Amino acid sequence: MRYIPNSPDERADMLHQIGVASTEKLFDSIPESLRLRNRLNVPAAMSELELLKWFERLGARNQAAQRTGFLGGGAYSHYTPTIVDHLISRSEFFTAYTPYQPEISQGTLQAIFEFQTLVCQLTGMDMANASMYDGSTAMAEAVLMAERVTRRSKIIVSSAVHPQYLEVAHTYVQHAGIHLQRAEFDPASGQTPESAFDAIDDQTAAIVVQSPNFFGCIEDVAALAEKAHSAGALLIVTVTEAMSFGLLKSPGACGADIVVAEGQSFGVPLSYGGPYVGLFATRDKYARQMPGRLVGEAYDKNGRRGFVLTLATREQHIRREKATSNICTNEGLIALVATIYLETMGRRGIQEVAQQCAQKAHYAAREIGKVAGYSLPYSGPFFNEFVVRAPAPASQLLDQLARGQGIDGGIALSRFDSNRTNDFLVCVTELNTREQIDALVRGLNH
Amino acid sequence: MITKVTTHISPNEQLIFERSQSGRTGFSLPPLDVDETSLSDMIPREFQRDDDLAGMPEVTEVDVVRHFTRISTWNYSIDQGLYPLGSCTMKYNSRLNEKVARIANFANLHPLASEAESQGALQVIYELQQHLAEITGLPGISLQPAAGAHGEMTGIMIIRAFIDARDGKEASSKRRTMLIPDSAHGTNPASAHLSGFTVKTIRSTADGLTDLEHLRELCAHGDVAGLMLTNPNTLGLFEKNIQEICRIVHEAGGLVYMDGANMNALVGVARPGDMGVDVIHLNLHKTFSTPHGGGGPGSGPCCCTEELEPFLPLPRIVRIDGPGDDGNATYKLHYDNPKSIGRVKAFLGNYGMMLRALAYILTHGYDGLREATEAAVLNARYIAAGLLSDYEKPFDGPPMHEVVFTDKRQSRKGVHTLDIAKRLIDYGFHPMTIYFPLIVSGAMLIEPTESVGRQELDQFIDAMRSIAKEAVANPELVLNAPHSTRIGRLDEAAAARKPVLRWKPMEAAAGNVTS
Repeated sequence: MRYIPNSPDERADMLHQIGVASTEKLFDSIPESLRLRNRLNVPAAMSELELLKWFERLGARNQAAQRTGFLGGGAYSHYTPTIVDHLISRSEFFTAYTPYQPEISQGTLQAIFEFQTLVCQLTGMDMANASMYDGSTAMAEAVLMAERVTRRSKIIVSSAVHPQYLEVAHTYVQHAGIHLQRAEFDPASGQTPESAFDAIDDQTAAIVVQSPNFFGCIEDVAALAEKAHSAGALLIVTVTEAMSFGLLKSPGACGADIVVAEGQSFGVPLSYGGPYVGLFATRDKYARQMPGRLVGEAYDKNGRRGFVLTLATREQHIRREKATSNICTNEGLIALVATIYLETMGRRGIQEVAQQCAQKAHYAAREIGKVAGYSLPYSGPFFNEFVVRAPAPASQLLDQLARGQGIDGGIALSRFDSNRTNDFLVCVTELNTREQIDALVRGLNH
Repeated sequence: MITKVTTHISPNEQLIFERSQSGRTGFSLPPLDVDETSLSDMIPREFQRDDDLAGMPEVTEVDVVRHFTRISTWNYSIDQGLYPLGSCTMKYNSRLNEKVARIANFANLHPLASEAESQGALQVIYELQQHLAEITGLPGISLQPAAGAHGEMTGIMIIRAFIDARDGKEASSKRRTMLIPDSAHGTNPASAHLSGFTVKTIRSTADGLTDLEHLRELCAHGDVAGLMLTNPNTLGLFEKNIQEICRIVHEAGGLVYMDGANMNALVGVARPGDMGVDVIHLNLHKTFSTPHGGGGPGSGPCCCTEELEPFLPLPRIVRIDGPGDDGNATYKLHYDNPKSIGRVKAFLGNYGMMLRALAYILTHGYDGLREATEAAVLNARYIAAGLLSDYEKPFDGPPMHEVVFTDKRQSRKGVHTLDIAKRLIDYGFHPMTIYFPLIVSGAMLIEPTESVGRQELDQFIDAMRSIAKEAVANPELVLNAPHSTRIGRLDEAAAARKPVLRWKPMEAAAGNVTS
């Protein structure tokens, strides 16, 4: 096996040196009856050439990866500068472990410190952690944190939060004594009005909203913050399309207490749903209730600046069952992707991409709105995703569009709610050219 | 001003925010090709960002490349050499696997694309599940969990759901104890807590194994839902009584969860399913070589018995035999199972890690998988034998893929595990896992993996023995290590007292930056 340096002869020699009679004897502490007598029923080793051909052949069966898309719904196609993949492919980054030995991990630690800073700047919050698994688990952890901060057990969640995020939250809280209650979005505006949260009371730990929400509509986060705070509850804001930070008022500036987001938009390949990266930010005063790793500034005895993992007394390896979370491995390398992406695009690049997303999406919405039989059901403002109501079942229509024209026109909402047969969600980014948008409109007109 | 403070090739590199210069740009995009609308016609002013993203960096592409290249040189990595972190399995990360994960037809596939047109991607998941089922002897698999601790949480929630269904809510509510050995990883109790269990700790024997008497005693109370056991345990010892342990727990009405962090000692040699284990998580980023990336991403598949399979997270991937449109079997996502614990993550899991792990398995084949296990155990035994003369080995039992030593002999001279670890850096090695497991005072847990050759093992042993001599002859040398790095030991206590967790413009203005 070419990944194992010691040759069979060397291994025999080593066995001899340590006084073990045979390879089989290395496993003497495993009861004989438990040791496998037969070889594993997995295929024989493949060569590099065969392996690549095998995967290429399977990849060719993913026709959906090969065409123009208007798919969003929690995962977005954006342009990634070439240097991002180049830099994360450096051995020093991708083959390193969690930075437990700071003297020889300063590259990773400084990058995380920059990541934490960037997340604070985008979200408008005081502090951010070193990443969570993804947006959905970050939101679930935010719910658990709100319970710890307030010692209250009721959480009211907007029904316009990504349905899979809601499912994950339900899984996480099912044994935590937390009750999740729904606040219905308004079918006219597509937003969740402040009045939807009227069930808020002195037992409510937090209000949870997504903005832009699952249907693309921008929520009135400032009004919801006021609503939450008036009852002594926290406001948790979830963002799935992180590019919106480039254009929309930050949740922090609107009064949010915890902001979580999916960071996939920042240079991370779609890769069929992962690995992505969860962003998690909050106010300084809640630092000790924060889940996940934190990197902080530190100095050596000569006064040289460096960075270390800090406030570890919150974490599982110290606090065990009393930890703020069970998370250990997070999404380090994907956080690095986001860091390199954000620094390369920079202040002006993020603004430009966000502008182009909004401009192109609004162009697409205007044009689709002109097609006979199609309408845009929601009046609320949107960033780069919007719902279209079709004159016929959307899933069939989208299927025809894909097979006939090679266009992935959007996501049929019937996938998430069987009553919504004719609605679909369209996402437009800087990658979609006017030509592609016009082709989508023509396809719908067909 | 540049002050070259060490011999390191790039000692000085500021934070990117300190490098930023207004007007520098690192991006290029095509011009907008649709008719521009005024921003306020699209989005009301009160919803628009009003801080102009102040503080975000403005740098060029060259700045970014140099910045990350320079700071990267401050990291140790597997590609530099032995990375002997115990229970972390830092093995070689094949470039071929990286190439596979970057194949455009996988990398560009949207997770909500139609199933009919994502068949290749679904087949990858299905085949990886089949292989992991064979390797563990446990047929029910979910690849949804994103890391080991996430897989643990999934496994423990499955136990909870199973017992709730078996006993009914009332009886089940009296069964809320999760047993965890004192040598366990901290994620175990944290995951048990998330699933609503109270943790009771089982003692280890003087041999470093689970204390059967204590286990029996704890199981006699009738409130045990399960046991979380790492095998080989975190002392590197195989729990030779594993069948008896499973029997005791099962007879008490509980289930056995195995933490699969140490599967690199077992692949192709023995299977948890054959031992009586009910559910296990694997770490694709350990045993199956997906890169650890400086702290992730991981992937923590949950594998269980047929009996527990209905409780796995949704959706499941099912294979439908018979030719599909293109003459192949078809794969579908299956959402309908009321017993499921629910979804633990959006979409289908850390898919890119699944591609890499499948590539690892197929590259090794049945022979290579076993060969890797044998080589990993042999390497650990070789280190164990090599260090015996100079370091205290607290347990006599033969180690599997990792071995624990302590600083007992060195601490008499005031040299402790932390100092030995830091001195190892000067010899060109990443330190081992230190002060874990918690039950061993001054623990040094060493796991070489199969990815190192004999010469390097000898160098490591020589370095450790040399440090043992230094600890006697010149303890100051060890106490002040490392001497070869860009920065020395950092004041972690001060960092935690007054945490600075982000850069702020004011600090730079106050001249609080050391170069």
